[in-house]
Amino acid sequence: MIPVGFDYERPDSLDGALALLAEHGEDATVMAGGHSLLPVMKLRLAAPELIVDIGRLDELNHIRQDGDEIAIGAGTRHHDLEHSALLREQCPLLPAVARTVGDPQVRHRGTVGGSLAHADPASDLPAAVLALGGTVVMRSRRGERQCPVTAFYTGVFSTVKEPDELVVEIRVPRTGGAGWAYEKFTRRANDWAIVGVAVVDGRVGLVNMGPTPLRASATEAALAEGASIAEAAALADQATDPPADVTATAEYRRHLARLLTRRALTTAAGG
Amino acid sequence: MKVHITVNGESTDADVEPRLLLAHYLREVVGLRATNIGCDTTSCGACTVLVDGESVKSCTVLAAQADEREVVTLEGLSPGGDLHPMAAAFRAEHGLQCGFCTPGMVMAAVGLLRENPHPTEREVREGLEGNLCRCTGYHNIVRAVLVAAGQDPDAQQEQAIAADTQTTYPGFSTGSDA
Repeated sequence: MIPVGFDYERPDSLDGALALLAEHGEDATVMAGGHSLLPVMKLRLAAPELIVDIGRLDELNHIRQDGDEIAIGAGTRHHDLEHSALLREQCPLLPAVARTVGDPQVRHRGTVGGSLAHADPASDLPAAVLALGGTVVMRSRRGERQCPVTAFYTGVFSTVKEPDELVVEIRVPRTGGAGWAYEKFTRRANDWAIVGVAVVDGRVGLVNMGPTPLRASATEAALAEGASIAEAAALADQATDPPADVTATAEYRRHLARLLTRRALTTAAGG
Repeated sequence: MKVHITVNGESTDADVEPRLLLAHYLREVVGLRATNIGCDTTSCGACTVLVDGESVKSCTVLAAQADEREVVTLEGLSPGGDLHPMAAAFRAEHGLQCGFCTPGMVMAAVGLLRENPHPTEREVREGLEGNLCRCTGYHNIVRAVLVAAGQDPDAQQEQAIAADTQTTYPGFSTGSDA
């Protein structure tokens, strides 16, 4: 399969990338690793006129502590999240979730910024960053803004990011020794989650339980009020809108959300 | 656009369309046909090559993204006909049946050992998660990788059977016990 033809630019600086996005707007599509974009281009579900390749911008490739947060450059690959000593110590949920994305070859190419901006509700990392209460930093020639990830997603494959904006950084809190777990249910190796549940410090993020990644708010509220894990997990599918597809019915996804939430909360509690 | 890609240690230059995939560049522009295109959807791993020493699926990389990079294909592993240890191990352990997945499987395995020179049996299986063998010949493929890593595959596999129930269940990519 071969994509529709396009123009290709590989700016050598972040400013250069932002200038191209400002000039071309909706005609331009950003590519980092290309592992979400190229597959849909090969299927001709996407046909951008211009690809802006940001895959080599060092300015987007870092993982560093910044006060109570860890700042992760949007161009950081899943492989680098997986192997980051800083994250393993300070925010162990993220390396564990990154390790479940695709397969080693995919993790050598795909990036955290790309995964978040692509906004596939079946992706692992958006729900993990949601459970962490992270922040998405976007930049354009108009300036920079920070958006809590709880307000970033607007629907399937859509976010509040404007066409001239680039996701440049993801900020997550240092969770240190707080309990965490990621439960991902798949039927095949290297597949997307049928349902996934990320838990950290009493917060619960759900993968593939609606058009966007979701927090299991009823479960979180029950836990805060002292409910048992079993009682709280039984509420995990409340206010969700799971899809029905070839892998699972909506009702089965609701069952999985409750079950995986119970498992993840139990693991996070040291059980 | 012009690209300059080092393939198996030799410089290659070409004027290509931006949409040209690295797999097609290797097969059709450079003329190296060991790299197979299987699923063409980033799933099967038959097109796996190394870019700057790391395994990637060349059906999902543009030639433009490999510009100024070093690519190694199966042909580059065994220059002059002396089999690379991984290729020799695949032969000795009968790590192939029809052979279609083999080039990608060998390259993924070489990439795996670069990152983890002494993997356990389970780490080999997880490390080759992105490569499908539709003959389902995984048993001997895993043995071959263990042999190439200088390990006793029988001992490793006995340990795995005794210690690890998850390899028989979808234990790949389940996260929490990473």
